[in-house]
Amino acid sequence: MDKILRINMGASGGPSQAVEKAGEYTALGGRATTSMIVAKEVPPDCHPLGAENKLVIAPGMLSGTAAAMSGRISVGCKSPLTGGIKESNAGGQAAQVMARLGYAAIILEGKPATDDLYKIHIDKDKVTISVDNSLKLMDNYPLVEKLREEYGDKVAYMTIGSAGERKMAAASIACSDPELRPSRHCGRGGVGAVMGAKQVKAIIFDDNGCKNRQPKDPEKYKAANRAYVEGIRKHAVSGEGLPAYGTNILTNVLNEAGGYPTNNFKTGFFEGGTKISGEAQAELEIKRGGLATHGCHRGCVIQCSGIYNDKDGKFLTKQPEYETVWSHGGHCGIDDLDTIAMLDFLDDNIGVDTIEMGVAVGVAMDGGVIEFGDCEGAIRLVRDEVGKGTPLGRILGGGAELTGKAFAVERVPVVKGQALPAYDPRTVQGIGVTYATSTMGADHTAGYAVATNILKVGGDVDPLKPEGQVDLSRNLQIATTAIDATGMCLFIAFPILDQPETFDALLDLLGSFYGIEMTGDDVVALGKKVLTLEREFNKKAGFGAEDDRLPRFFKTEPLAPHNLTFAVKDEELDELYNWS
Amino acid sequence: MIQVNVKLFASFRIGRFDREIREYPQATTVADVVKELGIPEGEIGILLLNSVHVDLKRQLVDKDVLAIFPLVGGG
Ligand code: SF4
Repeated sequence: MDKILRINMGASGGPSQAVEKAGEYTALGGRATTSMIVAKEVPPDCHPLGAENKLVIAPGMLSGTAAAMSGRISVGCKSPLTGGIKESNAGGQAAQVMARLGYAAIILEGKPATDDLYKIHIDKDKVTISVDNSLKLMDNYPLVEKLREEYGDKVAYMTIGSAGERKMAAASIACSDPELRPSRHCGRGGVGAVMGAKQVKAIIFDDNGCKNRQPKDPEKYKAANRAYVEGIRKHAVSGEGLPAYGTNILTNVLNEAGGYPTNNFKTGFFEGGTKISGEAQAELEIKRGGLATHGCHRGCVIQCSGIYNDKDGKFLTKQPEYETVWSHGGHCGIDDLDTIAMLDFLDDNIGVDTIEMGVAVGVAMDGGVIEFGDCEGAIRLVRDEVGKGTPLGRILGGGAELTGKAFAVERVPVVKGQALPAYDPRTVQGIGVTYATSTMGADHTAGYAVATNILKVGGDVDPLKPEGQVDLSRNLQIATTAIDATGMCLFIAFPILDQPETFDALLDLLGSFYGIEMTGDDVVALGKKVLTLEREFNKKAGFGAEDDRLPRFFKTEPLAPHNLTFAVKDEELDELYNWS
Repeated sequence: MIQVNVKLFASFRIGRFDREIREYPQATTVADVVKELGIPEGEIGILLLNSVHVDLKRQLVDKDVLAIFPLVGGG
């Protein structure tokens, strides 16, 4: 990955392209690359949908190599949802294919003067940017179907649905999976709206004639990959739990722990939880001839995903993730898996973040738009309002915060304008620290304290007490930022937190690939460097300490069954970035 | 005797049950229940007693709700 492709969508006479040397980004990837480029090139006070914002796409450091689990792609920009820096990553095939094509990053900048819609085709010889107004307002599934007629099946697609074109702040970018379903999304923070603002509907990566990227030390690399895969397979979470039940295994766990936010964060236990649990979902998937185990990209050995068929055994959607099942399920008082699966499909098709969308619908329910538990109503809101871009749909598609304002809801679960995911910070205090302080806005993946608080993987910190949570979240945020640079799926954190030899195998993979010595300290240093840059960007964009806070109701409304409030003090939160 | 609502999850359900009210003598511990169910201690990930994490040594009382999970993860 020694080159960067820069496309100026606003060049006079139509989009222009230039290939540059990757320079300082050659041995970087993922979030490190996107955040460094955004921090360097995007004015922090620019309008996220304006010509000055840039959309940066980067595969991970080990994407496009033989390393297992290395297929995450990062997209960065100034977020239209939070107003701060954003990195959103997804699986699917795009990272591997883009990396094999040799690009460390693609930077989309400027803004077309006309209202033409573009597609960008990239193969080993050339980059073709063409107008295709026949794609206007198409949603992801039919869009990819149509593109396949032209570009075939041996490519990877990154696309936006109608929500991205309408520049909704919840809009996502879809990455196609091995079967070319646009089902893996860079969901969070409205990255799809920025792609829409650049008027780019689709990027098609074709690596025909390209080989895997080759390591500097092939022998050591092979051995490291073997040890790495072994470690992943032998850990109970990555080797058994995730493949068999997917991430939705967590519904019962969080519900039993009393940390499952229900009916817009009113209580921590959902009566209907077992009906939509991972156990129930896996059973139903198998019964209907779907799959309970499926990888989102080739080279994934965990395979946490699956295929969800409808009553007639026809493909409906990929296996909805825990967070999706929660946002459209318990958060909305909905305990019907078919409704949730339909909403997952609609989100993927329209191209919106399932977390933001579900939380917004739940907030709308709290505002009286429809009743909690109204399955038909929830489908109607997403399909007929968001999907058609009606005024109500634009409010919902603008995210939970906008929805809360529009319907005068007091309880709006957002930090920095981004919706909280599926773990209540009053019962899982460590994840509350991550929500409050992450540069990304409320984001569980930024520092997954749930592992240590609830799952007891990688240590044990009492979830119900404030003690130790800031240190825990800080360490996890630093480590996660580094993992987000490697292109590795975050679920490798379970084996590498518990098994030192598996962490060493990852270091060896990185070291032998780039011909350097990689230590744990280097990983920490990289994480700190990127987080510092992101925080600086946010400061210049107008964020201060008062933005590193949870909404006040978490401090004042106790949550059943534990009847606790979020007890980490503001001064303690302010210590998160105090490291030396 | 005491009555305990025992809930099993994920792979622990296979060949056992999802949830059952079970009777035990006074002073029964979580470890006793786990042993009686034939669950290898090493496979246990999370033990929640009335929604609070506990260890195997904890004694049970009447009407307790005990949830037993293998090591699981997600996110
Ligand atoms: S574990 Fe799941 S999310 Fe991660 S790469 Fe595999 S299928 Fe994708």
